[in-house]
Amino acid sequence: MQYKVDKNGYYGNFGGAFIPEMLYPNVEELRQNYLAIMEDPSFQQEFKALLSDYVGRPSPLYLAQRLSEHFGARVYLKREDLNHTGAHKINNTIGQILLAQRLGKKRIIAETGAGQHGVATATVCALMGIDCVVYMGEVDIHRQKPNVERMKLLGAKVVPALSGSKTLKDATNEAMRHWINNPVDTHYIIGSVVGPHPYPDMVARFQSVISEEMIWQLEEKEGRKSPDYIVACVGGGSNAAGSYYHYMDDPAVKLVAAEAGGEGIKSGKSAATTFLGKPGVLHGSKTLLMQTQDGQVVEPHSISAGLDYPGIGPLHAHLFDAGRARFISITDAEAMKAGILLCKLEGIIPAIESAHAIAALNKMELADADVLVINLSGRGDKDLETYIKWGGY
Amino acid sequence: MKTAIQVNNRINHLFKHKSRNILSVYFTAGYPRIEDTRPTIEALSACGVDLIEIGIPFSDPVADGPTIQASSQTALDNGMTLAKLFTQIKDIRKSVDIPLILMGYVNPILQFGLEEFCKNARSAGIDGLIVPDLPMQEYLEQYKVLFDQNALHNIFLISPQTSPERIRLIDENTDGFIYMVSSASITGAKSGITPEQERYFERINAMSLKNPTLIGFGISNKATFDKACAYARGAIIGSAFIKSLDKEKDLKGSITDFMHTIK
Repeated sequence: MQYKVDKNGYYGNFGGAFIPEMLYPNVEELRQNYLAIMEDPSFQQEFKALLSDYVGRPSPLYLAQRLSEHFGARVYLKREDLNHTGAHKINNTIGQILLAQRLGKKRIIAETGAGQHGVATATVCALMGIDCVVYMGEVDIHRQKPNVERMKLLGAKVVPALSGSKTLKDATNEAMRHWINNPVDTHYIIGSVVGPHPYPDMVARFQSVISEEMIWQLEEKEGRKSPDYIVACVGGGSNAAGSYYHYMDDPAVKLVAAEAGGEGIKSGKSAATTFLGKPGVLHGSKTLLMQTQDGQVVEPHSISAGLDYPGIGPLHAHLFDAGRARFISITDAEAMKAGILLCKLEGIIPAIESAHAIAALNKMELADADVLVINLSGRGDKDLETYIKWGGY
Repeated sequence: MKTAIQVNNRINHLFKHKSRNILSVYFTAGYPRIEDTRPTIEALSACGVDLIEIGIPFSDPVADGPTIQASSQTALDNGMTLAKLFTQIKDIRKSVDIPLILMGYVNPILQFGLEEFCKNARSAGIDGLIVPDLPMQEYLEQYKVLFDQNALHNIFLISPQTSPERIRLIDENTDGFIYMVSSASITGAKSGITPEQERYFERINAMSLKNPTLIGFGISNKATFDKACAYARGAIIGSAFIKSLDKEKDLKGSITDFMHTIK
């Protein structure tokens, strides 16, 4: 089974580039150039130097002793939460801004839900002195005020998406419309492994620094290159793609994806796409999509704004379809409980997105000798208000 | 390879018999009220419109500006679906003779079932389809056979950024007309036609394509319609027409009034 993208931009039955003709030249320019640019030694040198000196990579692979005792296995945390800006998102924005520069682009646009990708984009634009416009759903602007101010402080213009449900999917629509209106000098930095080909592959490659580091870190600590399990949360799926990347073709490594079950799969307030979705087309790719019988996209729900998306990346739709990854639905309550558990046992406040991955361990049958890596994709500072409201700690 | 013109298709017939000032109007099915679809088609036809694009509402129309986004949302809130649309236009050929095109995004069509969709379109007497987010390669490999079997012309868009090679490829794979997007924009975005746009229209004309062109996006009144008609066989009005509709007002009267401002 082939898990990487094929020459037509597909992962099995999913992917492609379903875009209006007006966007074809931009996406085609990217498709023709992204691999050559990324493989260029001078690009790699600059990318790696920034990841090391600016982002603070490699991110530690930390053996969480008390968490391991709690779950009865050897549990490592891949500490993406320690990156500059507090999440894995910056790996991708650093890569894409360098790529945009090489394509001669003068402006950057991005979409954001919780604001993490928006902050990571505003950060690299400030670093490079490039104009930055971030689209954010009006509802999310009110939910995530501190991140809105962070983006503004970093010099970005934050534009509210007023259409549809005024959340992440609408911010993505608005960013695509903006790109249609400004096709020549603008690059669109998509924040996840979603969108038309080559975005899912490009973003997965930039995030694959996570699994690349895991190989030598595990060898140092465990004397083996691969774990038994990799566990990551999936909204669009960029941190999961990055932590699975170098292990996808090794069937001995079990891949586990934690989806946002919201208030429960059957509650009508959920974002568990593999449980509730059907194949469909949104934001440029064919993937699993939460939708009505008539093909209208359904507004998802999750306590975590970063997982509050009605689709998943086409790579993940394929991993699900092929049975390569096990998808586990985690409710809001289970995620909050796991987040608080990590605070108490390890002194780490995780992003609520990442707390979903920790909660997944409760639903796995583990043996003492099993080696797990949980991708701790982000830190929980941004979620403090949600933790306070939830209480119970 | 040039195919013989199929005069049995109403689109080909229109372009064969009318050389200029072809007026095409886009509206959203189920807007402003769910029952307005058929009366809108009939009123437009009675006003002498040459071609109608019936918009299939979608929750996430990325190529559309605020006006069509809002009309689509209203139509969906009204309970509009593809199944209802096909029921509404089942007998449309008893009252309307002009070419009719369905325009909509790919996802609702996929969920309805592609084959089922094509069959229903054919039996309603639809002549063509515009699916803005259906890429050409995908169309050629997966959709063309079914479209052809049901005598549905697939209409492609081109924009100022479309390369000459790609325009040739689109021309080669088109039967009917080419939808020339007037500028780098979503629908309803701009008013007025700039000298830069005129140079683009001239550049396309100089290519002597085998298919006729209609200009759309940003055509909002008589002035822009007339100007577009100087460079193409006709033009398409969408957002400006939708803006003139209001569920509180008499539908037929509003449509007649709007069309008087154009023709």
